[in-house]
Parts: sequence; C-alpha cells; structure tokens
Amino acid sequence: MSNNLVMDIKDFYFTYAGVDKPSLKGINLPIKKNRITALIGPSGCGKSTLLRSMNRIHDLYPGNRYQGEIILYRDGEEENILNIKKENDFIKLRQRVGMIFQKPTPFPMSIYDNVAYGLKLAGVKSKSELDDRVEEALKDSAIWEETKDRLNTSALGMSGGQQQRLCIARAIALKPEILLFDEPTSALDPISTGAIEELIAKLRDEVSVVIVTHNMQQASRLSDYTAFMYLGDLIEYDKTEKMFLNPSKKLTEDYITGRFG
Amino acid sequence: MNRLLLNKIILVLSTLSAILGIGFLFWILITLTYKGLSAINLDIFTHDLVNGGIRNLLIGQFTMALIASALAVPIGMFAGIWLREYSNNSKLAFVIRNLSDIMMSAPSIVIGVFVFAIFVDPFGSYNGFAGIIALTIMMIPIIINTTDNMLALVPKELREAGIALGGSKHKIILQIVIKAAKVGITTGVLLSFARIIGETAPLLFTSANNQFFTMDLTGQFPSLTVSIYNLATYPDEQSRQLAWGASFVLTVIVLAINLAGRYLTRHKK
Repeated sequence: MSNNLVMDIKDFYFTYAGVDKPSLKGINLPIKKNRITALIGPSGCGKSTLLRSMNRIHDLYPGNRYQGEIILYRDGEEENILNIKKENDFIKLRQRVGMIFQKPTPFPMSIYDNVAYGLKLAGVKSKSELDDRVEEALKDSAIWEETKDRLNTSALGMSGGQQQRLCIARAIALKPEILLFDEPTSALDPISTGAIEELIAKLRDEVSVVIVTHNMQQASRLSDYTAFMYLGDLIEYDKTEKMFLNPSKKLTEDYITGRFG
Repeated sequence: MNRLLLNKIILVLSTLSAILGIGFLFWILITLTYKGLSAINLDIFTHDLVNGGIRNLLIGQFTMALIASALAVPIGMFAGIWLREYSNNSKLAFVIRNLSDIMMSAPSIVIGVFVFAIFVDPFGSYNGFAGIIALTIMMIPIIINTTDNMLALVPKELREAGIALGGSKHKIILQIVIKAAKVGITTGVLLSFARIIGETAPLLFTSANNQFFTMDLTGQFPSLTVSIYNLATYPDEQSRQLAWGASFVLTVIVLAINLAGRYLTRHKK
C-alpha cells in the first residue's frame, strides 16, 4: 500500500506557539507519488499550516508543537519527519521536500547563483557539475531560453512570473521527492499563472506535488487529488474529479459551488 | 470664511518658519564658505598645527574615527543581527533594544566624561585610545539600530526560502539576508561615520589634542574638531583664520559622506 505513497500524514495535530487550541486537528492525508494533490479551503482553514508542516519550516519559529506522524517514504524506507531534531537531518529533509512560496523569493544574486545556491548547500562543488545542473533545472522550469544569455545578471531584474519559475528551478535543481507550493500564482498575472500551471503539470513525472490554492479552477485543472479543509479539520479527500463533480460531504459541495468561503 | 482664513494663517506661518530655518542654514554655509575659503591654501594641508596647518589634525581625526568604526561596525552589526534574527523578541531583547535607543540620544559630553573616568584618569594622561573608545561607544548604538531596522525590512519569506532549500539559519542570514539589507546597512554605517567624524565633546578630554604629528595612541592625539574649538578662542587673527579653514574642510567632508549615503540609498539595487 505504501508503494504509491511518498508521504502519509497520520492523526496529525499542530499547535502554534502561545496558543492552547490546535490549528490542525487529527489530519489524515496520503500524498501519492508522482501525483498532484491540491489543498483547498477558506482562509484560516489550516491548509498552509499543514503544507508548512511537511518540510517543518514551522521550526524556524520556536514553540510550535506537533503531534501524530508524518511519514516520508523512500525506497522501502520510512521516516517520521516529526522526530527530526538535528540540524543536519532538517537540511536533508528540506532537500527532499522543496517549497515554493506565494511571492517569488529570488535571492539578491545572479540568476545562476540563485539556482546554484541550493546545490552548493547540498555539497556540490565541481564547477562543471554545477553548470550542468543549473542548465538542466532552468530547462526543466522552461526559462532556459529567456535566461541563458544573462545568467550572470541579477535575478531581481526579472519579471514576477520569471522570478517564480526561477524559484521552481532553484527547488527542482535539488531533485526533491516532493515539491510544496503555497499559492504559487496568487501574486501573478493570468499569463504567468498559465505558464506556472503548465510547468507544475509537467513536473508530475519527476516529483510529487502538493499545492495550496485559493483558486478552485486551478485545483480542478491541475490536481489529481484534492483535500478540502475547514477550520483545522480535513473534511474530505478524494480524486479531484470526484470531489468537484460528486462530493460526499455537504460542506465540500457548498464550498466548491461557492456558497461560502 | 473662517476656515479659509485659518488655512491662510497656517500657510503663512509655516512658510515663514521654513524660510527662517533654511535662512539660518544658508547663513551658516555662506559665512563658512566665505571665511573658510579665504583661509584655505595648499600649505595648511602640508603642515601640522604647530606650523599653522591641519595635516596632523586630519590624519588624527580620521585615524580615531576609522579605528572606532572598525570596532563599532562588527559589534553593532552582530548585536543588531542577534536582536532581529535570534532573540525571538524576548524580554532581554526588549531591554537591549531600548537601552541602545537611549544610548543613541545620550549627550556626547556624558560619554566623554565616562571615558575620562575609565580610561584617562587611571592612566594619568589623555590618550588616543580613550578618544577611540568614546567614539566607538557613540557609534555602536547607531549601528545596532540601523542593522536591526534594515534586517526588519527583509521579508521573512526570503529567510524561509533559504531554509526551504536546505540552508542552516546562520548561512541564510550571512549569505542572503545581510546581502538583501546591504545597501541600507552600508548607508547607516556611512551616516554614523559622518556623525562621529564631526564630534568634539567625546574627544575634548579623552584624546584631547596634539600640535604635532603622531601615531602614538597612548598619548595626546591630534584632533581636528578639538583644534577648531581651541583655535576659535585664541586671540590672534591667524589662529581664528585656521579655525575657519578647518571648519570648512570638516563641513565638506561630512557633507560628502552624507551625500554618498544618500546616493547609495537612491541608487540601490
């Protein structure tokens, strides 16, 4: 059963620092390998909180509490990422589980250095290997043609859509097993959004994707599986087609048809 | 009708105030330029104070200010980085941030007296090190404040993006966050340098002054600003002329550093 899973979230609770009540309450969610899973739900439902648990970026801020299990699978091995305590293991986790943010986050350095940065952190030293992997990542993110002649110029001079694709290139350069997208197109115009969606759809062959989105059309266009969350609970999870055409729960139907949220 | 009248009164008052303020500023600058320029010639840059020049004074002033910066910039930056990136806004951070802000507005003469008590009195003589320490104390809170505020402007997503790529916190801070705040911090350093290069009170009874050229920081050390203070009170015309010249040179230096800071901010990338 675990063969087609890259991650399995089991009975997961998350509580923010300084708060008594958990923001996520007993979440169970499988993440299927080489598939796109969308997390939808109204603002404050906990979908970003859940996403940010999957690479434990929450740990950047002290005092947050986890409970339950988030199992990461690879080659028959499994690891509960909630048990990670050592800095080195965090770094390994984040190399396996990449993340793209809502606003593009290019580093204040050249396009080349942006993509090479994660590789250097991962210990790649040889210049020729760096060159190859930067080129490969930029090609895979469909911005090689736009950037190959100006790899040494600042990434801050690119358009928002290009910057976001650069951030994707930077993440896939590390060849992660999972990529987490936190509303990756909500700060972009429709044309850039289209380009990013196309790219994400293509990435499915290489990597498993979890995407948080406010945009219902985006979830239905893009994803294979959809999870609907509400007030810290996972209400329903199923194949996207089923979720949008024939949801089992009344709440899901109300949200998807725009009756609230 | 009353509203319109009030509007006019306020407009006239604020215009007059602006003219008054700017008027004084220009008065100072014009007098300084007029009196200063006539005192300036190549000779004063090639001779020491004892021979009627300011060469040793300029070198002394810059030596103290540069060494003070070399001490204050790293200390202040690390403190600022700790406050913004590592303290998690704890109580201690709150106390330090506020103390630093208070220090920033502490009268510079008070810092001078403090350093006199600690580094001059026990050794029995004015010395250049004491001057450097006084300037360092003045500069540290400014650098802390600048670093703290400039780091606060870097969006937290940039830090998260670095962490999400497998970076450790200190690497992300040193390689990305500082880089993103570089222009602001550099400007702050320049402006704080401009501030201390023109200070007199902290040097008055720490480094005091020296008529001769020296690089010996254990004794009295030449200072441009203290010299201006001394020269201006001498009765002879020549000394007062030199004071005008020195003031003009100092003003040009401070102005140039300030303009450089502004230029950086405006052309930041």
